[in-house]
Amino acid sequence: MKAPIAWLFIGAFIAVSATFLVAPTVMLAIQAFSDDDGWTFQYLLDLQQYRYWVAFQHSLQLSVASATVGVVAGALIAFAMLKSATPRWLNQAVTSFSAVAANFAGVPLAFAFVSTIGSLGLLTNLLKRAGIDLYGMGFSLFSITGLTVVYSYFQIPLMVIVITPAIQALRPAWREAAENLGASGGEYWRHVGLPVLAPSLLAGWILLFGSAFSAYATAYALTSGNIGLVTTEIANVLSGNVASEPQIGAALSVGMIVVMVAVLGLSTWLTKRASRWVKQV
Amino acid sequence: MATVTVEQVRKSFAGREVLAKLDLVMSEGELVCLLGPSGCGKTTLLRIIAGFISPDAGSVVVAGTNVTHLSPRARRMGMVFQSYSLFPNMTAVENVKFGPRVAGRPKAEQDSRAKELLDLVGLSQHGSKYPHQLSGGQQQRVALARALAVQPQVLLLDEPLSALDAKVRVQLRDEIRRIQRETGVTTVLVTHDQEEALSISDRVAVMNAGRLLQVASPAAIYRDPADGFVARFIGAGAVLPGMAEGQTVRMGALVLPAWAAANHANGAKVELLLRPEVVTFSALDGDVPPGGVAGEVRESVFLGALTRLRMSVAAVPELSIWSDLPSEEAEALKIGRRVVASWDPARPRVVAA
Amino acid sequence: MSDRLGFGGWMILTLAFVFFSVPLGMSAAFSFWEGGDRYGFAAYRWLAASPDLGNALWLSVQLALATVVSLVVLLVPAMIFMNLYAPKLRPLFEFIAALPFVIPAIALVAGLTELFSGEQWGWLKETPFFLVIPYFFLALPYVYRALDVGLQSIDLTTLTEAGQSLGADMRQIIGLVVLPSLRSALVGSMLLTLAVVVGEFTFANVLLFRTYAVFINQIGQHEATAAAALSFASFLATWAAMLIVLIAGSRKKGER
Repeated sequence: MKAPIAWLFIGAFIAVSATFLVAPTVMLAIQAFSDDDGWTFQYLLDLQQYRYWVAFQHSLQLSVASATVGVVAGALIAFAMLKSATPRWLNQAVTSFSAVAANFAGVPLAFAFVSTIGSLGLLTNLLKRAGIDLYGMGFSLFSITGLTVVYSYFQIPLMVIVITPAIQALRPAWREAAENLGASGGEYWRHVGLPVLAPSLLAGWILLFGSAFSAYATAYALTSGNIGLVTTEIANVLSGNVASEPQIGAALSVGMIVVMVAVLGLSTWLTKRASRWVKQV
Repeated sequence: MATVTVEQVRKSFAGREVLAKLDLVMSEGELVCLLGPSGCGKTTLLRIIAGFISPDAGSVVVAGTNVTHLSPRARRMGMVFQSYSLFPNMTAVENVKFGPRVAGRPKAEQDSRAKELLDLVGLSQHGSKYPHQLSGGQQQRVALARALAVQPQVLLLDEPLSALDAKVRVQLRDEIRRIQRETGVTTVLVTHDQEEALSISDRVAVMNAGRLLQVASPAAIYRDPADGFVARFIGAGAVLPGMAEGQTVRMGALVLPAWAAANHANGAKVELLLRPEVVTFSALDGDVPPGGVAGEVRESVFLGALTRLRMSVAAVPELSIWSDLPSEEAEALKIGRRVVASWDPARPRVVAA
Repeated sequence: MSDRLGFGGWMILTLAFVFFSVPLGMSAAFSFWEGGDRYGFAAYRWLAASPDLGNALWLSVQLALATVVSLVVLLVPAMIFMNLYAPKLRPLFEFIAALPFVIPAIALVAGLTELFSGEQWGWLKETPFFLVIPYFFLALPYVYRALDVGLQSIDLTTLTEAGQSLGADMRQIIGLVVLPSLRSALVGSMLLTLAVVVGEFTFANVLLFRTYAVFINQIGQHEATAAAALSFASFLATWAAMLIVLIAGSRKKGER
């Protein structure tokens, strides 16, 4: 081969990925299925314990809810922002803000929301004076619903960022052609706009699902691990906060990976169905 | 099928006037080309007719009905866009069916209509392909079928051939003309390509800077342009500025014979139009004969039976005059040869400058 | 169906503005609170006097730079060479780049902890630069995507052949032709990496290193206003970083 140095670099990258990404994952799998006496399914069965079962439920609910809110709101905002008559400064403001807010997480984000709609937050008090008692109505910032609201703060901007190129790729001529052929705005969206956007919306949803599912910092900061999510449970095991065996952490991790692979598989299948018309490269 | 009347239409964008009180009347089944350089307002006019832009003043009347304030979807006009306007998520057949489908036509009618139109544009074999599987020319054929599927009163074509390569462009141009004749639909085509406009239209409307300069048959536009702009924009040849003086046009020391100059007042600023087929070059060795213009051959382009020669005028070297000569005659007139240009004074046109 | 921003559009943008500005404004307001109804810069003064902030931030910046260096050394050349010499390996690269998305950060921490659990690995787990390993994979999907788009948009093979026909060797081609055309993709994704690593909490917290994000979390427990001040300040700082990305990107476009 003309460039042995090329193979050195390619080999190094693959080796590093194998050592520090693949090997740890394989280790997890081995750990999850073995104890001192050999192979066992015990730890996997342990996941059926109420505590872990609930953690998975919470994580899934939170991820599905915040991804869905993010996709819908993010797409609407991106669409409004990208209308050609929208002022340019507004467009730039939304774009740059999205880039920041999509990476806003953890304590800073938790604080922002505690001081707004925490039990003593400003908005909570304002609403109370207006006769709406948020907490009396059963809302709590430290619940899955509350977490969904908080997660939306980074999920929506993330969606704005990932969907923008797809919306920009919608050609004005499609809309005009549809209109010219007698279609209403709704008919255009039903027959052309949404089907064309569908693969990107799906991809966006998956990205948001993954981002919420693996998020840890915000939930940790907000609830100090009191609401069981899979990520906080794993962290508890790792840091020795709870008296459980390390294998449980591994089993939980493997569970997360299985969920992610399943969701990704489902989305790939759906995307294939939704994008039969897309040029295959 | 319908007549189309555009009356006193005006439009400005951000204070800049794009269309200035424009009138255009089209009869039933006519194909009119809006021709002009980019930015002349031709696309704006087409989009006003389609209803995508509303005029600041004036009206658009189709078959006796004022449609100025109707939405595009209520106008029953088929439109073909520059390129890539097919819905990418639908096959060719589905694209063609789209209009009848949103109009709620029965399924059987949608199918038969789509089949009929794909046949008409010669694509019945490709109905189940997606747009990205079709060539540019095929896509534009589908777009044409789709526009016709709503049985439009008026067909609007917005530079439909500009994104295609030369050979496909000519093929599809002839095809559009055939289909337009067969269906008899009143058609407006926007183009900046004069050859396309001249070859396809019943009438050509030449536009510049938001105004209609001339609306006439291709032959009339070519033979008898209304002004210097039209003369320069359409066809080849020299447009020479000068002053009317009896039956001649005077340019400084040069006196060029043109009987048509007599239609203008003595001393009026005019432009003399010399098409290449009007002018003859002959070798010049002695004195310049009366009515001739001396010069030197600068360029020779072989066109087959004819060769187009360009000479620069000896008295005013930056002026050029062209002549189409039979190729065997032109062969003797090499580049650098002193020649004299002459013409039948009855033939050149003279327009007010 | 005009392209105007109608009533609905303004509604959406207004609601979004309220949702996104109120929490941010609240933490800004809170950061100026000095108890009772006194407001001032006490929290900011406290932060400025805190030596721990500087240490934590410096650690995070070092980690971020180390991550960027590791990406430039390990990922960038490997991707260029793969595209040039071994396009058959593309599916493998794609797979590797997608893995960090499927393996949540916390699971990767668990795996790394398990893999390096033995005594002989103590030295590795004691240095904070251990974090560069997970950070590399945290940034991998984004950087890979950006570079891939950049590499696809230039015809690498033709560029290389053109360079070779002009007598350039491989090093000159990569240095003079390939890297400059990847500039905007590189700059953008590296700035993003910096921002992401400085804000990263999961790995550092679980592995017990006191980085910037961990520091904010710790002071949040007893110096709440200082935490709010720091949050607000870091939001503005990230915004500045993102603006640099945007401006760099648009200037690059303007050049063409």
